[in-house]
Amino acid sequence: MTTLNTEPDAPVPVGIEANKVRGGPPRSEVLRKDKWWIQPLAIFTGLFAFIVYATWAALRNGHFYAGNVGRDYLSPFYSPCLTNSCTNNGYAWSDWSWWRLSPAIPILIFPLSFRLSCYYYRKSYYRSFWLSPPSCAVPDAGSTKAGGPRSKYSGETKFPLILQNIHRYTWYFAVIFAGILTFDAIAAFRFPNGIGMGLGTLIFVVNACLIWAYTLGCHSCRHLCGGGLRKFSASPSRHFVWKNFVSKLNEHHQLFAWLSLFWIAFADFYTWLVSTGAIHDPRFF
Amino acid sequence: MSDTPTQTSTGDTNSQKKVTLKIWRGDAGGGQFVDYTLDYLDGEVVLDVVHRVQSEQAPDLGVRWNCKAGKCGSCSSEINGKPSLMCMTRMSTLDIEKPITVSPMRTFPIIKDLVTDVSFNFEVAKKIPALRPKPREKDGTYRMAQIDIARGQEFRKCIECFLCQNVCHVIRDHEDNKAHFAGPRFLMRIAELEMHPLDTLDRRHYAFDVMGVGYCNITKCCTEVCPEHIHITDNAIIPLKERVVDARFDPVAWLGRTIMRKPKPMSSEEVAKVTPAARQNQT
Ligand code: SF4
Ligand code: SF4
Ligand code: FES
Ligand code: FES
Repeated sequence: MTTLNTEPDAPVPVGIEANKVRGGPPRSEVLRKDKWWIQPLAIFTGLFAFIVYATWAALRNGHFYAGNVGRDYLSPFYSPCLTNSCTNNGYAWSDWSWWRLSPAIPILIFPLSFRLSCYYYRKSYYRSFWLSPPSCAVPDAGSTKAGGPRSKYSGETKFPLILQNIHRYTWYFAVIFAGILTFDAIAAFRFPNGIGMGLGTLIFVVNACLIWAYTLGCHSCRHLCGGGLRKFSASPSRHFVWKNFVSKLNEHHQLFAWLSLFWIAFADFYTWLVSTGAIHDPRFF
Repeated sequence: MSDTPTQTSTGDTNSQKKVTLKIWRGDAGGGQFVDYTLDYLDGEVVLDVVHRVQSEQAPDLGVRWNCKAGKCGSCSSEINGKPSLMCMTRMSTLDIEKPITVSPMRTFPIIKDLVTDVSFNFEVAKKIPALRPKPREKDGTYRMAQIDIARGQEFRKCIECFLCQNVCHVIRDHEDNKAHFAGPRFLMRIAELEMHPLDTLDRRHYAFDVMGVGYCNITKCCTEVCPEHIHITDNAIIPLKERVVDARFDPVAWLGRTIMRKPKPMSSEEVAKVTPAARQNQT
């Protein structure tokens, strides 16, 4: 621990002046010898691929529901179902027939804002898209150019990045969406002639599980469920949830962020394949 | 310099493995990397080799160390560009086919060679208001349950090597931020106090206004380099950020406080009055 030397004749510490010469190797020189660029490159590629896929999926505005082939599978990009195109099985949340654009657009605002302000995704895009820093002990992009546009850095203290602080509000909506996707997973057991299960059903059940694992491992959730307390001993049940449940999921938040992201795209793609008739959804029972 | 035994003259084929350290030599006025080639000995850590350079080739080499056990936090440097403790980096983990660079921590001014002036950190420490405990219990003691202090105990493993402070891009790449950013080690200290069951101060506004928690963009390099494997970002900085949200960005939390007539979060000015730095100025 830091102890403060209060002896009157203690040596006076060397003061730190801003911009004092630090010496050492030139700042622009990266001394790391390992392949430090692989991780940001891989994350960039992964996120970019998802953005491309999601754009296609959201603008497709068709074949997002497999009711036409007797399956109650609804793509997570289009859930809750806002059009009457998925009412074959008597399943519609509301009538949004006046909406002319893809129904995925008003829906995706919620998961998008949730993931954009997620602490893990922030880390990944600050590193791989904004290069701030690209990797540890590698200079922030532009920081070595004195007076350049990126020589100053204000982090999340100013608009727009200060808005990241409302992450918990996006989480509240994310819980609602996790509920909706759970409903979809249950609905996927409905077949025209009663209860059944197809490969798609399994995909939607896994989808709902991954979404919950991601949503409940959120840092804001960890704070709200008990992490914000000073004294756990006064709230044993919140401590229990914090310690044995949310913190456990939180340790794997990065993993679930990727798995759930991949799986959402996969569930959408599968629905598209089944609905267009490109493949036949095998039925287990 | 002593003569190294010549293996070649006897025709011995068992040639001694060599290793080259590229050590930064210089001071605030400038410097350069200097190559030192030595025998490679099994079982050594980088600090051992640096010490051999010092005793065999460069007696004026500046290097700070104390425990050689990863516990004093003195031997922080950058090995092949990675912020590391010299005494905890085994030579066997490095590629000795290529020269190994050993350079001083980049974020702090150099005094000489590998020795940097880390007093920035001590100045920041003085700006953190210490624990202000509740009154003692009737029998004159303080009691804390283990579950209430377990979180803080993780942070207490800190050996103050300042590798996290060194790697943090907020100050490493932006010198001007030293004026308003405390760095991960000290944000963690504030988080510890904010989680302390006996503490009565509220440093949340202060953490944002004065210690600059908002500058951290949670890119986790501090966590990556910490030799004590403390989860600095996940367990200290993010929880601190969430506490700051309670105090200043969450309208529902504000409404809740107002309706329940809970005390307002303490202002930064109020907290600034009780820091060791403020008290030092009074005397
Ligand atoms: S997580 Fe924050 S404090 Fe830690 S190194 Fe990154 S920016 Fe600095
Ligand atoms: S938190 Fe870890 S890296 Fe930072 S000073 Fe302490 S021991 Fe070193
Ligand atoms: S921190 Fe990732 S979802 Fe909240
Ligand atoms: S010499 Fe003490 S930590 Fe390395």
